[in-house]
Amino acid sequence: MQTIKNNLQAFWRYRYLLQNLITRDFKLKYRRSALGVAWSVLNPLLTCLVMVAVFGSLFNSRGNGIENFAVFLIIGQLMFNFFREGTSMAMESVLKNAPLLRKIYIPKYIFPVEKVCFALVNCLFSMLALAIVMLVTWTPIAPTFLLSVYPLAMLAVFSLGVGLLLSSWYVFFRDVMHMWEVFCTLLAYGSAIFYDPSQMTGMVQTIIRINPLYWYITSLRSCLLWGDGLTPNMLLIDFLCAAISLLVGLWAFRKNQDKFVLYM
Amino acid sequence: MATQDTTPIITVDHVSMRFNLAKEKQESLKEYFVALTHGGVRFDEFFALSDVSFAIMPGDFYGLIGLNGSGKSTLLKIISGVYKPSAGKVTVRGTIAPLIELGAGFDMDLTARENIYLNGTVLGYTPKYITSKFDEIVAFSELEEFLDVPLKNYSSGMVARLAFAVATMTKPDILIADEILSVGDFLFQQKCEARMAELMSGGTTVILVSHSIEQIERMCNKVAWLDHGHLRRNGLTADITPEYRHFDKTESIPADKPE
Repeated sequence: MQTIKNNLQAFWRYRYLLQNLITRDFKLKYRRSALGVAWSVLNPLLTCLVMVAVFGSLFNSRGNGIENFAVFLIIGQLMFNFFREGTSMAMESVLKNAPLLRKIYIPKYIFPVEKVCFALVNCLFSMLALAIVMLVTWTPIAPTFLLSVYPLAMLAVFSLGVGLLLSSWYVFFRDVMHMWEVFCTLLAYGSAIFYDPSQMTGMVQTIIRINPLYWYITSLRSCLLWGDGLTPNMLLIDFLCAAISLLVGLWAFRKNQDKFVLYM
Repeated sequence: MATQDTTPIITVDHVSMRFNLAKEKQESLKEYFVALTHGGVRFDEFFALSDVSFAIMPGDFYGLIGLNGSGKSTLLKIISGVYKPSAGKVTVRGTIAPLIELGAGFDMDLTARENIYLNGTVLGYTPKYITSKFDEIVAFSELEEFLDVPLKNYSSGMVARLAFAVATMTKPDILIADEILSVGDFLFQQKCEARMAELMSGGTTVILVSHSIEQIERMCNKVAWLDHGHLRRNGLTADITPEYRHFDKTESIPADKPE
């Protein structure tokens, strides 16, 4: 109990550093670009347009049975990008800050935490794109939209856990980055971003249903698009996946963090 | 009963640090498995520090001397918490401002203004506090005209000036300085020395690593002499530096290796 309290106190002491690091990332991301922050909105919007065009007309199969395909698609895409961005950046964050960590003591977990926060901020900006798509398609806004905080927050915690785990592996084995890239591509197809899993055969459906990302995406769709709110299943699974991921991530990170500096 | 003044501010208690040499470090899974099949993962280990113990009192200006590779920087990093010692313990009472390689916390793509805030928070200060010290930092580093220029366009002397100003914006309990005074022109070096003397008169304890014996003799009251990870001697500067001056490499104690 005492260690938890001490850790939280240390974390609180470094809150300004966290804030400054996020500001730095944001500034550097959009420095020297004419449209600047607008890209946070434009990028998902344009990607969504491309995907609607591809899946809605070219293939003209999967997108067909889904009501309001554009909103359905952009929700999946936003959530998945948040996860991929957050975990990939968190993975590299500890090693990237090696010059600093070799010279000054700072809690090392601050970097994965910062990257997931940065990805979350980006994701919130991208929500504007979602709002635009909903407006253009005249999607009615259900009062359950307030509940969308829950899947978002749980996905953030889930990503943090995965990010902590990956970043502690990545210090020792650089292969992790390539494996994770490939795995994310696989995961993208298995997360029901641009199709409805009920159109799939039994076996494939089962695989999709054990994918935590499918649950986070579906939870958000349920809140925003279908207006059904969160089912007990969603509440429970979203929470459990986040909790397990965070515990495993923290455990792996704590176990290895004193060795990091010797391998950087 | 010990009074406040006789309690050490830093206690280094039987500290050893063991390193794997980078020769056979496996950076990818493939290399790791290849090494495993070729008779196991080899570890070539040595002790960068062996059983070092000494205490630093509040208000000391402590110099660390020794040849290259004697473990001075390793010891500084253990004291500032970057390394965890393989054995032994370091107890520190108070806040540390590390000046280990100036500008470690700087982002070269950001401007000086942004870096003052970023590096200040790295050192644990609040933005409000940094704002209150901002003008002082800028004045000390003499960079008024370059505040909004990215650091990558700075000269190394300019970066060093900024870093020194940021690190000494407050009165820390302990200031750790690793050969920082070797950068910058002589005027700036004088300025840094003056600032460190000012901090000391305010009660700050300073640990300084330097290869310049003249500088150590001028500034430090006590000295610890490291030789391949062994603490050779420590005590008053005047007792030790004369011997160090006449030290010959052949008298050196070799570094410990594990069996």
